[in-house]
Amino acid sequence: MKKFDKERVLTALAGPVIALVLAIVLTSVVLLASGKNPIQPYALMLQQLPFSDIQVLIINQASLYYIAAIAVALGFRMNLFNIGVDGQYRLAVVMTAVVGAHLALPSVLQIPVLLITAMATGAFWAGIAGVLKVTRGVSEVVATIMLNSIATAVIGYLTLTDVFGVQVGDNVTTGTMKKSGWVPGIDLGSDVGEIYGLVFLAALLGIAYWVVLNRTRFGFDLRATGASETAAAASGVNAKRMVLVSMLISGAVSGLAGLPLLLGDTHTYSLSFPSGLGFTAIGIALLGRNNPGGIALAALLWAFLDKASPALDYATPVAYDKEIATIMQGLIVFAVVISYAAVQQWSLRRQQRRVGAELAAAVNTKKEVAA
Amino acid sequence: MRATRKMSRRALLSQAAAAVAVVALAATGCGKSSTEASTKPSKDGAYSGKGIGLAYDVGGKGDQSFNDAAYSGFQKAEDEFKMGGRDVEPQDNESDADKTQRLETLAKAGYNPVIGVGFAYAGAVKDAAVKYPKVTFGIIDDNQTTAKNVADMVFHEEQSSYLAGVAAAKATKKNHIGFVGGVDVPLIHKFEAGFAQGAKSVNPNIKIESQYLTQTAQEGGFSSPDKGENAADGEIDAGADVLYAAAGLSGQGVIKAAAEHKIWAIGVDSDQYNQAPLAKYKDYILGSALKNVGGAVYDLAKSVHDGKPLSGEVRGDLKTGAVGFADSNPKYKAMTDVVAAVDKAKQDIIDGKVTVATK
Repeated sequence: MKKFDKERVLTALAGPVIALVLAIVLTSVVLLASGKNPIQPYALMLQQLPFSDIQVLIINQASLYYIAAIAVALGFRMNLFNIGVDGQYRLAVVMTAVVGAHLALPSVLQIPVLLITAMATGAFWAGIAGVLKVTRGVSEVVATIMLNSIATAVIGYLTLTDVFGVQVGDNVTTGTMKKSGWVPGIDLGSDVGEIYGLVFLAALLGIAYWVVLNRTRFGFDLRATGASETAAAASGVNAKRMVLVSMLISGAVSGLAGLPLLLGDTHTYSLSFPSGLGFTAIGIALLGRNNPGGIALAALLWAFLDKASPALDYATPVAYDKEIATIMQGLIVFAVVISYAAVQQWSLRRQQRRVGAELAAAVNTKKEVAA
Repeated sequence: MRATRKMSRRALLSQAAAAVAVVALAATGCGKSSTEASTKPSKDGAYSGKGIGLAYDVGGKGDQSFNDAAYSGFQKAEDEFKMGGRDVEPQDNESDADKTQRLETLAKAGYNPVIGVGFAYAGAVKDAAVKYPKVTFGIIDDNQTTAKNVADMVFHEEQSSYLAGVAAAKATKKNHIGFVGGVDVPLIHKFEAGFAQGAKSVNPNIKIESQYLTQTAQEGGFSSPDKGENAADGEIDAGADVLYAAAGLSGQGVIKAAAEHKIWAIGVDSDQYNQAPLAKYKDYILGSALKNVGGAVYDLAKSVHDGKPLSGEVRGDLKTGAVGFADSNPKYKAMTDVVAAVDKAKQDIIDGKVTVATK
């Protein structure tokens, strides 16, 4: 086993760090261009960090982002672009909420049943795209985008009042879930809030992701197929089966993405349930370089920008627009793509030069020996 | 990663669990809450707050409709009572926790009343009202919260939409009218139900096109003029010659399409004939089904300012004037038979001779 590889760590860190610096610089340029102080908004947002209620909000939000991003990353490792995480988790949340509202088992059974419902729904929805890809060669990008829209329509149907919908005022919900399906969180008092119990599930998923990818035959096959499908096929991997299985797993994980919020807080699906997690997760998975630790940092960073930025609205004496954070998130995604490509090029050239130098040295010593 | 490879799986697991626990505990340990309830003694009689705290719904300020209507009331109260105030936009993809945080931040900062614009704030108002019992909260379009310091401001939208239906059915030349709803939700179904009933009261055989722009608000049904324009073009092609839009900002697209085809459009919530961004098209705005969100905001601010805060359900209908039909367009006023029919329908509803369905 090789010792600590400086080169590898350097290239792994250079990408995200350059991207972040670039995003901050560009955001400051935007601020300058609009005649605002280019530094103070960052300070204002950082001042929010010590508040414990903001910390709770960040951790809770990050847990949703993290699960969704793990689902995206699973696909990425396999060269699959699962854009359908959004539809998968929304549909899974609705199905889980419906089952949770109509099924009453003791907690020890109810919660696992709900988790399985969510995973099965997500896997089923992603599986459609997987089957289409392996049997008909339909690009999973196109299929999952379309499945997102179809999911919205299916949810619209499921939440009709004569199907599973329950109207509360002008809002449509799926009815309150049975108490046995609520996952208790860590209550820190009314001033601070409650950390969702399923934050721990997110952490477990991260560990499982790492173990499966790096410590199992399946994980090896998956990475091999992602690196080169033909090479993997030559070494006996059934690529089609891998596509389908990884799509199913990615879907099952995305099915869980909305559950920390559903089982920990809202206990019902309603019109105001957040959507769009799946798309945010793509950016987070990119920034985290598909690495479970990196994704965790990226998810926390994203959640921090989300939850600290509202304070900009109330800043005195000068208020800033909280959309600065949105601009920054967009620029991060943009910068990530550029910086990763650049770092890859740079590291490739460094490698070539090193190999070239070693070869030249070898030739020289040979000559000396010959002489 | 290489360094961790030597670690056994179990060690890795326990380490990660410890890391999570540390982060969780850090939240308890350091710092205090940004919204800790302040216990400012309130002087009796005189208003001591910093003004109105107004939190917008999806679409935000500038929708020329629902949110702007709330803003107009906010402005009016601000000017009249010199009470100041702050209005805040929502974020994308936010959850109830973010809305609660927003309202609590406003309450904490000393704003009173704090108003959530739109039913999405129902849960948030409920939570914030418990934490800040001395602050008056208002919620528009929801009556699920019953607390002493909460005013639920709701409207009989179906009544004003009924008048819009009567006006449309009277003004149409082809006996063919259209409805464009922003998002396929119960609140907007009320507009459609009232509109259809009103139109059929004039002509039971009238043809009504109906289209909703999106299934969910997140897809932009209330905030996409282009979607409104497409839907309107479709209904015009189908033969409709009076269009009623209950679609927030998207309604601008409907009005634009109607004006381009030189047919009537009916606006919603605010009196859209008088709105500057729509001035180009205003000749084609037959009228607007009013929903006096601004009045509700103003009334609540006034009640708090006067020391007698409103509480419980405050429902606006044709009788109170909180909903109605705007007749600012002189061309509309010139069509006396239309005006007479609308006035009669209004009187019938007020007298209880007509009950308008909500779905």
